[in-house]
Amino acid sequence: MTSLLQLQSPDFETIGYSFSEGSRPGNKEHGFYPYTDNGGSTLGISGSDFTILAGDTRSVSGYNINSRHSPKVFKIGGDDETGEGAHIILSVVGFAADGQALKESLDGIVNMYKYQHGKPMSVKACAQRLSTILYQKRFFPYYANAILGGLDENGKGALYSYDPVGSYERVQCKAAGSASSLIMPFLDNQVDYKNQYVPGSGEGHALERRKPEPLPRSTVEQLVRDAFTSAVERHIEVGDGLQMMIITASGIEEIYSPLKKD
Amino acid sequence: MNHLPQAWGRPRDDVYGTYDRSYLQTSTPNSHTQSPAVTGTSVLAIKFNGGVAMAADKLASYGSLARFTDVKRIRVFDKTTVVGFGGDISDMQYIDRLLDSIDVEENYSSNGNTLNAKNVHTYLAKVLYKRRSKFDPLWNQILVAGFDDDSKPFLSSADLLGTTFSAPHLATGFGAHLAIPILRRLFPEEMPVENIGKEEAVAALRECMKVLFYRDARSLDQYSLAVVTSDGVELKEDEKLEAQSWNFAENIRGYGTQVN
Repeated sequence: MTSLLQLQSPDFETIGYSFSEGSRPGNKEHGFYPYTDNGGSTLGISGSDFTILAGDTRSVSGYNINSRHSPKVFKIGGDDETGEGAHIILSVVGFAADGQALKESLDGIVNMYKYQHGKPMSVKACAQRLSTILYQKRFFPYYANAILGGLDENGKGALYSYDPVGSYERVQCKAAGSASSLIMPFLDNQVDYKNQYVPGSGEGHALERRKPEPLPRSTVEQLVRDAFTSAVERHIEVGDGLQMMIITASGIEEIYSPLKKD
Repeated sequence: MNHLPQAWGRPRDDVYGTYDRSYLQTSTPNSHTQSPAVTGTSVLAIKFNGGVAMAADKLASYGSLARFTDVKRIRVFDKTTVVGFGGDISDMQYIDRLLDSIDVEENYSSNGNTLNAKNVHTYLAKVLYKRRSKFDPLWNQILVAGFDDDSKPFLSSADLLGTTFSAPHLATGFGAHLAIPILRRLFPEEMPVENIGKEEAVAALRECMKVLFYRDARSLDQYSLAVVTSDGVELKEDEKLEAQSWNFAENIRGYGTQVN
């Protein structure tokens, strides 16, 4: 009796049981990729007493346009769905589902802070917290580039830029998303006055650089519009609509204007 | 019988040899869905003045095999909302059970609230996102139609990655390529939804279903059609394509041998 099993052919291990797949040695390869790129671009510029965050409203998957009105800029810490009473704005671009999850988690935290401490969260604290949220998913990241905007403790425009795993810095201006490589050099030139020199100030290396100064709101708004109308011409994933949020001491203003839909 | 309880009920080692524990699968990874098996193709939907219309054919394919031809891919939730499923049929049936259970739960709770289409869409998007984050996706793209909190027509999509978006007309699968351009031409997006009549919308969907049957190899000429208005949901589950014309086929040139 005992020998019955031993009499079986030595290669009986190779029989293809339907459940044997999991016990194969080596690493299991997943056929499922949990990310996608929903395209679009965002842009933030801060001034002396305001911050502007803008994003186009197109959502794509591959060459398909999912929606022409899918916002990327959100109010954080509002009382309800409309964002009434918010004092911080956030833009997310990249994988839209992760962006949405990131926004909801930050919004929840900023609201809980308000209920627990009886005062609104400062932009500086919120900026640090957003970095922590991103880094907590360091090994399965939120595939989104975030820009956070608000007013700092002195009432000056504050803008923070993030990478998907939480590195962040306070910046004057930042472009993110699919057309960031088109918009950022334009911003370097027009906001930081890179490669601009004072006429007649000298020859060669003696040329004096044009000093950047905080720009007025009307100039910044026009820069944002110009950046996006140009990006639309050269990038297929950008278009349909431009959503701008301007945060000042008197609150958050939201402006929507059309972009080319081709 | 052995005096060790661990051995009771098991084949005796001295008779059958040592029990091969590898079949118990205790330390192996869980197997997750890596690809869909039995699938449904396009779902189409469009908003009109006072409601939303949705259509989906009744075919469930197993690869290129037309496996089941009477599968209802549109389900009604709480008499006010419709949900249309593209993608894996067994995952659809699982989600259908989830929706059944929250429907029962909500109707037995005493808060008096009812879930509208927007709530159902949020719920489904969270379920799908959570599952993709566990690397165990529900392989579907879903359209949800009904009304939002302000009783305005609502139409939104959610897919296996948890991505959500909303537009006046939406389509999943092949429909995103074939039906959306037709719908966008008939009803430009800047055109207010109030200018689109119910009959117009339904006729457009029927026309799109025909185009899909002509060109989508995994489609069927029988389909479900749902119309949501404030009066409730009108769901017809044995619609057939009418007035098909294959005359265009003669004029197709460029594939294979040409005789003329």
